[in-house]
Parts: sequence; C-alpha cells; structure tokens
Amino acid sequence: MAASSSTGAVGGAVSRQRDLFSPPPAPPTEAKKRRSNASSIKKNAFSMAKEQREISIAEFFTKNRHLLGFDNPRKALLTTIKEGVDNALDACEEAGIMPVVTVEIIPLEKDDRYRIVVEDNGPGILKSQIPRIFGKLLYGSKFHRLKMSRGQQGIGISAAAMYGQLTTGKPVIVTSRHNPKKPAHYYEIMIDTKKNEPKIIADDEIDWDGRRRGTRVEIEMEARYQKGRLSVDRYLLQTALANPHVKLIFRAPGEKELVYTPTSNVMPEQPKEIKPHPHGIEVGALIYMLHETKSRTLKSFLNSDFSRVTSRVADEILDHAKLAAKARPSRIARQEADNLLAAIRKTKIMNPPTDCVAPIGEELILNTLKNRYEAEFYVAKTRSPSVYRGNPFVVEAGLAYGGKQPADKHVRVIRLANRVPLLYQQASCAVTRSIAAISWKNYGLSQSAGSLPVGPLTIMVHVGSVWVPFTSESKEGIAHYPEIIKEIKLALCECGRKLSTFVRKRRRAVEEHRKRSYIKLYIPHIGIALREILDLSKSQEAEVVETLTDVLERSRKG
Amino acid sequence: MSTNPNVVQCIKNAAEKIHTSINKHEKPSMKFPIRALSNIRYRPKTGYFEMKGLRKTRTLTYNTVKTFAQTLRMMSLAKTLVETDDIATKRDAYYQSKAWAGARFDEQPESDTVMDDIEAFFEVNREQLGFIPDEHGGAVAGELVVLDRDQDTGSRLRIDCTKFGSGAYAVPNSVEHLGFETKAKFILAIETAGLFQRLVKHNFWRAADCILVSMGGVPTRACRRFIRRLSEQCSVPVYAFVDGDPYGFCNIYRTLKVGSGNAAHINKYFCVPNARFLGVTPSDIKEFNLEDATHPLKEVDIKRARDALKNDPFFKHHEPWQKAIKKMLKMGVRVEQQAFARHSLNYVIDTYLPAKLADPKKFLP
Repeated sequence: MAASSSTGAVGGAVSRQRDLFSPPPAPPTEAKKRRSNASSIKKNAFSMAKEQREISIAEFFTKNRHLLGFDNPRKALLTTIKEGVDNALDACEEAGIMPVVTVEIIPLEKDDRYRIVVEDNGPGILKSQIPRIFGKLLYGSKFHRLKMSRGQQGIGISAAAMYGQLTTGKPVIVTSRHNPKKPAHYYEIMIDTKKNEPKIIADDEIDWDGRRRGTRVEIEMEARYQKGRLSVDRYLLQTALANPHVKLIFRAPGEKELVYTPTSNVMPEQPKEIKPHPHGIEVGALIYMLHETKSRTLKSFLNSDFSRVTSRVADEILDHAKLAAKARPSRIARQEADNLLAAIRKTKIMNPPTDCVAPIGEELILNTLKNRYEAEFYVAKTRSPSVYRGNPFVVEAGLAYGGKQPADKHVRVIRLANRVPLLYQQASCAVTRSIAAISWKNYGLSQSAGSLPVGPLTIMVHVGSVWVPFTSESKEGIAHYPEIIKEIKLALCECGRKLSTFVRKRRRAVEEHRKRSYIKLYIPHIGIALREILDLSKSQEAEVVETLTDVLERSRKG
Repeated sequence: MSTNPNVVQCIKNAAEKIHTSINKHEKPSMKFPIRALSNIRYRPKTGYFEMKGLRKTRTLTYNTVKTFAQTLRMMSLAKTLVETDDIATKRDAYYQSKAWAGARFDEQPESDTVMDDIEAFFEVNREQLGFIPDEHGGAVAGELVVLDRDQDTGSRLRIDCTKFGSGAYAVPNSVEHLGFETKAKFILAIETAGLFQRLVKHNFWRAADCILVSMGGVPTRACRRFIRRLSEQCSVPVYAFVDGDPYGFCNIYRTLKVGSGNAAHINKYFCVPNARFLGVTPSDIKEFNLEDATHPLKEVDIKRARDALKNDPFFKHHEPWQKAIKKMLKMGVRVEQQAFARHSLNYVIDTYLPAKLADPKKFLP
C-alpha cells in the first residue's frame, strides 16, 4: 500500500478548493464604498487571511456527500455495501483466494437505522494499516497504479464509515486477521473530520471464532432497505453474474439467507499493472510524474516511466520538444512541461499493451446468464481490447432472450465496469447510449427511435479497463468516449446478429404452429357441413377431416 | 320467377363434388361468379345488367379455409331451410352461425357476403335458399288496389292503397303472388320518406292521378320487383324522383333501373328497365333557382361520379347521363329533393312536379 500522498488526492483537493472558494473579491470601488452602510464590516487582505484555511477532504465530504453516492438513505446503504464488497473481492483476488463474501443488513431499534456488515475470507489487513484505510479518506493502494481493479480512488469504504459516523455518531468496527497463528485485530475507529485522520476508539485482540483469515467491517448508519431496480438485492445478483467464481451470502432484514453459489471454480486471471501511456497523460499528471521520478535524465524518465516509449520514440519526442535528453526532469516540470506534452501528442506511439485488461470471457458470461436468467437463447461476445486516451479497455456483451421476461417492456440492462454492477444513472451512461443507438429492429425487437428496445431481453455489457472513465466519483455511469461507445456497439451488434437468427427461426415456428392450429380449427366444420348435406356417416366425416388436414399440410410444405 | 325445386339437389351436387375431390386427395375448389362491375354487361335491349360470366376459383388453402368452411355450413343451413319449408332473415342466419363455435361470424356483413356468394354460386335468389332480407320493401300510397291472399284462409284480399289515410301500404318481402288493379297514369318512386310523407299528406296522388312509392334510399329487391311487376302488368310508366347527387344517380336510380353489380345473376327479375329519371337533375338547379340551396360536392361524391363515368356500363352507354354528371362535377354542387322548401314548403307540389310532369320526354333515360 502506498503511503505517500497522492497526486489525485492533492490535485482533487486543490481543484475542489477552487470550486468552493468564491473568486477573490475585487477592491471596493468608489460607488460601492458610498453605497455600503456603516454597519457592514469592510474586509481587507488581513481579515480575509483569517478566514482562509485548509479544507480537509473529510469536511468537504460532509458537504458534498452526493458526489460519492450518499445522496439519500437508500443509496447510502447500497453505496456502503458496494464499497465493502468491491474491496473484499479485490483483496481476495489479489491474494489468489476464491472469495466468499457475506453481506448482512441488521435493522436496529431506532427507525431507519441499520448495522451493515461485510465480511470476507480475504488476506486480512495489517494492524498498522487498519486505522488509515478505514479512518482516512483518499487512502488506498489503487489510485496510483494503472491496473484493472474494482476500486480506483481509495475513497469508498472510508467515505461509508464517515457517512455512518455523521448520521449515527458511531465508529466503524473492523475485525481482521492476516495470520491464522495470531489473534485477530479488533478496532473501533472514528474519523477526525478536520484533520482527515483516524481516531482509534477501541483497539483489541480477539479470537475470531476460529476464522483463519479475513476482514469484517461493521458500519452503523441511517439507511433505508427497499427492494427494486436500485436495490442491494439487484446489486448482489449482478455481482454474482459478473463474478461467477464468487460465493455471496446475503442476509436481509426479515428474509431467509440468500446464497449465490459460484458457477465457476476458476480464479479470474489477475490483470497486469501497467505504466501510463503517454497519449493518456494530462499536463498536471505529467508535472507530478516529472517531480516524483527516480530517473535522472529526461530521456530515461520517458523511457522507464511510460509504457511503449522505446529509446527511439523518446528521442523523437525530445526532438519534437527541442529538449535535451540529459535535462533534469524536475527542471522540465517547472518550465517546459507544456512543450513536452505537445511533443508527446505529436509523436506516433504504439498503443499500450492490452494484456492488462482481463475480460470475464464469453463462456463464463454464457454460463452465468444461463444460471441466473431463465431464457431461451443466450449469446455472448468478448471483443479484443482497444484503447481510449491511452488507456486499454475491453468490452464484453451478453444477451439472454425469451423465457418469462416481459415482451412489452424495455429490455433489462446490466451494466458492469471492472466486474462491478452499475445501478444508478442508467440514462446518462455510455452503455445505455450505445444500446439505444443500435437499430434493434434489425434483430427482431421493437424500438422507438433513440430509446431502449422493447422485448423479452436482458442485455449485459461489461467494460473492463485499467481506468474506467466514470461520469462522477460515485462511479455510476461510464463517460461517453467515442472509442468505448464504438466497441460496445460492435459487441452488441455481433450478439444481435445471432439473436436475430434465433428470433426469426422462432417466429417462423410460431407462425407455423398458428397456421396449423388455424387449419385444425376450421376443417372440422367442412366435415360437419358435408355430413349434414350429404348424409355422411360419422366415420366418413372423420375421414374427410383427416384427409383434408393431410392434403392442406402437405400442400403448405410443398 | 319460379321457385327452383332443385335447389336442394344443386347444394347436394356441389357438396358431392367437393367430397369427391377430397377423397381423391385433391384440394377442393368452388367457382364463384365475380360480383363486381368489372363482370357486368349492360344490355340496352333487355334493359338491365347482366353478368359477363367471369368466375373466380376459390381453392381450399390456408387462407381460404375459414370462408370455405363457413360457405359450406351456410349451404347446409340453406338446405335445411328449403327442406323444412322455413325461412331465416339475414340476421337469423348470422345468429345461427353463433353455434358453429370457431367458424362463427363476428359481424353480420361477413355472413351477408357469404350468403351473396352462395346465391351467385347457384344463380338463384336468396329467397329460394330460404333467406329473406331484414328490411321491408318500401311504402306505397295512391290509386292502386293490391290483390293478396289471407295468410290463414287463403281467401282473396283487396288492399286499396287510397285508404291508408296518412299512412301507407308496406311492400312485403316476397311479391310474386301479388296482383294489381290500377288506372293511375304513372308511378313516382321517391328516395326519401320525408318527401313521400309530404306528398301523401297533401294527397298528391289524387291530384296527379298516380301511385307513390317510397324507396327509402337504395330500393330493396322486393321494392324493385314490386315496381317492375306493377309497371309491366298494368303498363304504367315509372318516374324516379331522387336527390341530385352522385349517390342518387349511381346507387339509387341505377340500381332501380338496371339492378346492382353485386347480385347481377338476379337482376333480370329485380330491376325496372322502363324507369325514367324525373329529377332532381343538375340543370334543375338553375331552372328552379336553387343555387343558394345546394351543398358542395364532397370528396366521396366526386370519386363516385368519376368512377361512374369511367367504369359503370350503364352511364357509359347513355350520353345524356354523362352530360348530366359532367355538368354536376363542373358546378361542384349537389342538390337534395327537399331543397325546394327553400321557396316554400309546397313548392315541390305546386310548381316543380307539375312543371316536370308536363314533359316526360325530357326525363333522363
């Protein structure tokens, strides 16, 4: 886990400070002076300086909780569980442990108050790290690296802990054991919202029911448990769908324990960590990298801190930027970063390696769709990886058609980013946009222009990337990068073509059946009429019906 | 016209043919005459529409199986009706089908069409199959004695059509057995019941020495047959007085005079070839100062008029009619027979009809 302070954190905090502060007031003009009355206190640089102070990220959060997905009690519950489960799965997978995650929502005596428990069988957390992971915002292992993982910013679980603290005043309780031979650590932690530092309320060692390894997080908070489209239930179902190797146990208030048993016993391949690609970098990040690099020369910096920059490419960049290969990176950071970035953009550089993104895989998608959704036709497609803004990504799509799914409603859309289900902000997500942009009429569904198609269909789209571009920090929708939308559409079209073959075949079969039963409905009446007119016997009538049915069916096939 | 004693045999033959082809593992088929103006010929000599003899073959397939089954069941119903000497109105027949489960008719027009098909198929009229229409055949008032028989005793009845006061004699559905006694100078066949009432109220028939018949729109078969027999037996001319619009010309008058395109196989009996058109003609509008009592032609009117000029053998044969219809199209207006009320309520009795009747030779053919 990286202990150094991060660009993202600093950069983020800086930019947010700017947002919060109004622009510095202009010196009062003569007119304003005259208008201002005696009682108003005039400010000057000194008095203003007294008001200017650092804003801790924790303070910022208390005011802007919606940015992180804590807008309302219902969403807060989901976000908390989501962050807990994401962390648990990431930790288990990195340690090569098949994850078993238990989620429990325990209603408390007070209305709208719940204790939320997420427990895993992961590698556990070192005692020294526990307070900071859960009691400090923007502390984590995932922000500084480019690797396909669920968590990205290191803001999630501590934000949930803070939300719990804000609404109930209770600490977050963490139990963790990383060594089966040693006792488990038990912590109660609160966040000092001013300093963004953890405050330890209780620190103990316990024997944890003989559990060998793992972490258990308990947060008490104001929340609302409700089923439906945006519910925890739905999130866990889709998580199981996207992670067929995971065992999920869910205990909801007043419900029987729900267990999602794994449908795959293969651990997903661990995605590789990569260095940033020069084409994906922005000037702020470049300056930071120049400052922090261990390289002594500009050329070796370019060569070793980026992916796909060979010695020849580095020379080309330096040539474009008219900078010396031996220049000190920290000097460039102050003076010529803009030039350098322009030169990088001008230079042709090979796309980043794409083996760093790990798709779920067509077979597993098919398997899990079959397991979780009762349908008649399944298809899945994993595209080969592609690149947006220097970041490799991969798109996968799966369809489940027919069965008992309602035929007169919009299709069900399951959006996944790095195996994490996205529930909110469906309308503004690139996935939804891509689905609506496809003409599903070609594939046998009905659709009004620019909206989701209508039919008995579930569409699953997974976007995996070392850096999934979300529309907000609460990670609810994928941003509209043309490269991503193009890949989603291609994956869906490929599935759609197979779907249309099935739909057409089925429609023909239905039509065939309809025609046959139509004939069967009327032929007996010809028999009756002929019997009545010609005084035929019952057996003659039956013969007429039988012969006619045969004649008509034969002629239709011929 | 005589009832055909062989209707039952015809039905049996048709069914037998179908049964035979089924037993030969062939798709059975029936040949129906096409019931449309395209299959109609106008014979000025005989004076009515005749069928050209075009036929369509309805072979039993997936698409025709429903109609095929319904046609056969309807034939079976007709056979029962004839054998038991019973009758069913078109509505009755429609309700009879309700017992056919899946083969039932959903709306009466469907059963009417099948009935018309069968009628054309056997080249009989539906009364011979035991089916009778729902509507009555028109109302009659004036210098006429209708000879009928008492339904129970069979004794002779003399119905004096001058003795109905403000009411009228209703033409029965079957008129073949009726006899007539009259000295009237002409028969006036009127489109609307409203105008008929006015003429009856003021005893126009007495002043003009005529028989008034209310057709109530397109004349029914019974009404046409009644006028035809009356006119032929007693040698009385027939004058039609209808609205001056395409519907009045093409549907009411044309059907009265030469029959309908839909049931051409029986037009021979159900038409009045010696009918002449009294009015209202397009030129009457100017002659009787009705310009401000007209209505503009609607789109359907224009379409109907153009269609008549182009496709109707009757209008194509009679030049005066073509002139009249073209004139109406040019004027762009239609005029109703009640428009004369614009001058005064009895203008039609006092002025219009006497003026027209003064010169019947000017009537349109």
